[in-house]
Amino acid sequence: MADKRILVVEDSPTMRQLIAFTLRRLPNIALVEATDGVDALRKLGGDSFDLIFTDINMPIMDGLKLVSLVRSDPALRHIPIVIITTEGAAEDRQRGLALGANDYLIKPIQASRILAAARELLNIA
Amino acid sequence: MSMDDKGDEKGMHVRADEFLQLFKKGAEFTQDLLKENERLRYRIFQLEEQQRKGGGPASFVEENRLLAARIEELEREKDEILGRIRQIEAENNDFATRYVEIEEENNNLANLYIASYQLHSILDFDDVLKVITEIIINLIGAEEFAVMLIDEKTGLLGAVAAEGISLDDVPKVRPGEGTIGAIAATGESHFVEDPAGYVRDLSNPMVCIPLKIKDQVIGVIVIYKLLIQKKAFVPVDYELFTLLAGHAATAIFSSRLYSDSERKRSTMQGFINLLTK
Repeated sequence: MADKRILVVEDSPTMRQLIAFTLRRLPNIALVEATDGVDALRKLGGDSFDLIFTDINMPIMDGLKLVSLVRSDPALRHIPIVIITTEGAAEDRQRGLALGANDYLIKPIQASRILAAARELLNIA
Repeated sequence: MSMDDKGDEKGMHVRADEFLQLFKKGAEFTQDLLKENERLRYRIFQLEEQQRKGGGPASFVEENRLLAARIEELEREKDEILGRIRQIEAENNDFATRYVEIEEENNNLANLYIASYQLHSILDFDDVLKVITEIIINLIGAEEFAVMLIDEKTGLLGAVAAEGISLDDVPKVRPGEGTIGAIAATGESHFVEDPAGYVRDLSNPMVCIPLKIKDQVIGVIVIYKLLIQKKAFVPVDYELFTLLAGHAATAIFSSRLYSDSERKRSTMQGFINLLTK
């Protein structure tokens, strides 16, 4: 039975599948996928989550807006957020972390870093 | 009795006391000597008895020899154990290194599997181009690139998808001409030796990968710029390039065939509808 729920927010099906494929290697994990920020907020409102992985560049609502909205919502602000993005400049990273993201991973995607971030934020050994 | 007589008597008493004291000390010293003599005799008896029973200095030497041999044996065993521990530590390090390598390979295989799966899970031409673009951005880490295909009518290579640059900026090339044309003609991949030192030249890309179905080149992928955080190519990038060379070409070809057949089917259905009405 899954005891940790992760929301993966990514507009690219290929990347969503890759992140989900990577996270499924963790024990007792349930994954929910969202295609943009609005879809993510809808799913966050309907269920409880222990961790969010989000891209930045997405249609309708980008990842930074999603981070700021989650952090301003008393019911959601406790959920750790990891940004996964192609935006690798130092100022982009600072902006993401300043908005309240717990970690900032840059693409190309490295499975080991995704797993390490998830383990740390979910307290999985 | 005169005063002198009294003095002589007192001096005699003093000397007598001194003599008695001396005599007592002599007697005590003699007693001590007798006791020491007795103790030494007893010790001699003990040693003689020990020697008679086989103990004594000779047995001490033998015992020492045995103990030295035992110590030597234990030292040897200790060295062997230490050597074994060092060997196990080295093996442990090897296993740890190997584990990391396998984990890395596993991750790379996952990337390749998903890239391949996505390429072959769709039949729409534009969607195939979108997946190729996603793979190049997210898995390889390119910022400016284009997918070029050979136009069957003109025989020229032209861009059908681009990221970071305009489609119109990508030159049309005849196979065999220039760097891009040479790749299309030979089917061999091209990489600059130093991606960090590369200066963008649309006719001479940083990377040029042929899209091949068996030996037939149907197009190329050209990369002009990597993401800011991507400084150089890693081994999995070359695996992805190889995968793209084959699987992307097949996916593009299949989606084109599917589009053509759908168009023909639609046309024929139109004719049939006209004839049957």
